[in-house]
Amino acid sequence: MTLWAATRANLIKDLRLEWRSKDALNATGFFSLLVVVIFSFSFEPTAEEARRIAGGLIWVAFLFAAIIALNQTWARELRHHVLDGYRLSPAPASALFLGKALGNFIFVAAVEAITAPLFIIFYNLRAVGDASLLILVFLFGTWALVVNGTFFAALSIRTRNREVMLPLLLFPISVPAVLAMVQATTFILTGDDSPLLWIKLLIGYDVIFTTAGLLLFPTVLNAE
Amino acid sequence: MKNLLIAVTLALLIFGFYQAIYVAPEEATIFYYHVPSAWTAMLLFFANFLASIAYLIWRSPKSDAWALAFAEAGVVYCTIVLVTGPLWAKPVWGIWWTWDARLTTTLVMWLIYVAYLMLRRFSEGQQTATIAAALAVFGFLDVPIVYMSIRWWRTQHPQPVIGGGQGSGIAPEMKFALFANWAAFMAMAAMTCWFRYQIARAEQEQEHAAALESLKTVEVH
Repeated sequence: MTLWAATRANLIKDLRLEWRSKDALNATGFFSLLVVVIFSFSFEPTAEEARRIAGGLIWVAFLFAAIIALNQTWARELRHHVLDGYRLSPAPASALFLGKALGNFIFVAAVEAITAPLFIIFYNLRAVGDASLLILVFLFGTWALVVNGTFFAALSIRTRNREVMLPLLLFPISVPAVLAMVQATTFILTGDDSPLLWIKLLIGYDVIFTTAGLLLFPTVLNAE
Repeated sequence: MKNLLIAVTLALLIFGFYQAIYVAPEEATIFYYHVPSAWTAMLLFFANFLASIAYLIWRSPKSDAWALAFAEAGVVYCTIVLVTGPLWAKPVWGIWWTWDARLTTTLVMWLIYVAYLMLRRFSEGQQTATIAAALAVFGFLDVPIVYMSIRWWRTQHPQPVIGGGQGSGIAPEMKFALFANWAAFMAMAAMTCWFRYQIARAEQEQEHAAALESLKTVEVH
């Protein structure tokens, strides 16, 4: 089985499971709606201030939402010993990782697509800079959270306090990515500066950690 | 080995203290403790990375014990840096903390390695070594990215004092006291790591023996 075929099989399986249960989408979507509402109460900004802080708020909301989605990602593979079965199968382990990461990317991106318009409505946002660049920031930023999150979720299911461990591992490593997402989003909204440097940083971060994840995942899957 | 390490460390610490307090110019004495701790912490984290890579390649429990020792000692020295830094910054810069490249990188590094130690603490059995080594690789890859990103964000720290390009450098007697203290801190780090390594090895052997013991009980019944 080639890497691509195995990845696609994993991805389709995850999408089908999610389509039938809608667990991750419901929980994550509702959670980020709550975060948006709570933030709106906590900060009551003017239009100018809103532009400056919205980049930070929006990514904090997505970071928390991603944690909720990612925490469930491996849990269902533990039931019925799916991971043990995978270890025995000839399919490449990195395909499992890639399929999972792509699946999580689709879930988190879907939630973001619902939440971002709400942010725009509640904060009366209007981008001064080039708004089309926001799409790049969201694609690369979400992948940065999800690729490391999928990997660290695979580490944290092996610990005693699964759900707590994931953010403890993901947040410190994600510091540069979060900084880049927030800076790029803020620059696009305020039009103060060019966001290109930060988008490039995100791309570099994505390339480095996608490679590291693909290379190290087989080791982690077979760690017993 | 043990006594020699203790003797060398104590001698160097006393010598370094004497140089810093009595010989070197009487300004910013904390410099001789802050900077050597920072260098030592960096080297320990680098050593942790190397030990983790070695574990991933050769799967030797010894590499894992070293990785644990280096990470724990690194967190201790990194904590010293993070405590002495603000103490020094307050009188000199007038502020406790600033989000500058090296401060922030040190803080993030500290967070990463505390997360590493937590992962070790909360996982059990043989898999601990492997998943910890994987995280160590991720953490070490992250440090240069953090540094670059914060540098683009904002920076305020003085240029690196040693090897910072044109116009950097310090008075020779200060440099001597600095390196004397660095040698002392490295010796202390080597000593603590050696002890920690011995303890980690003893724990591994104990676990191994317990596993064998439980196998024996199964056979009897």
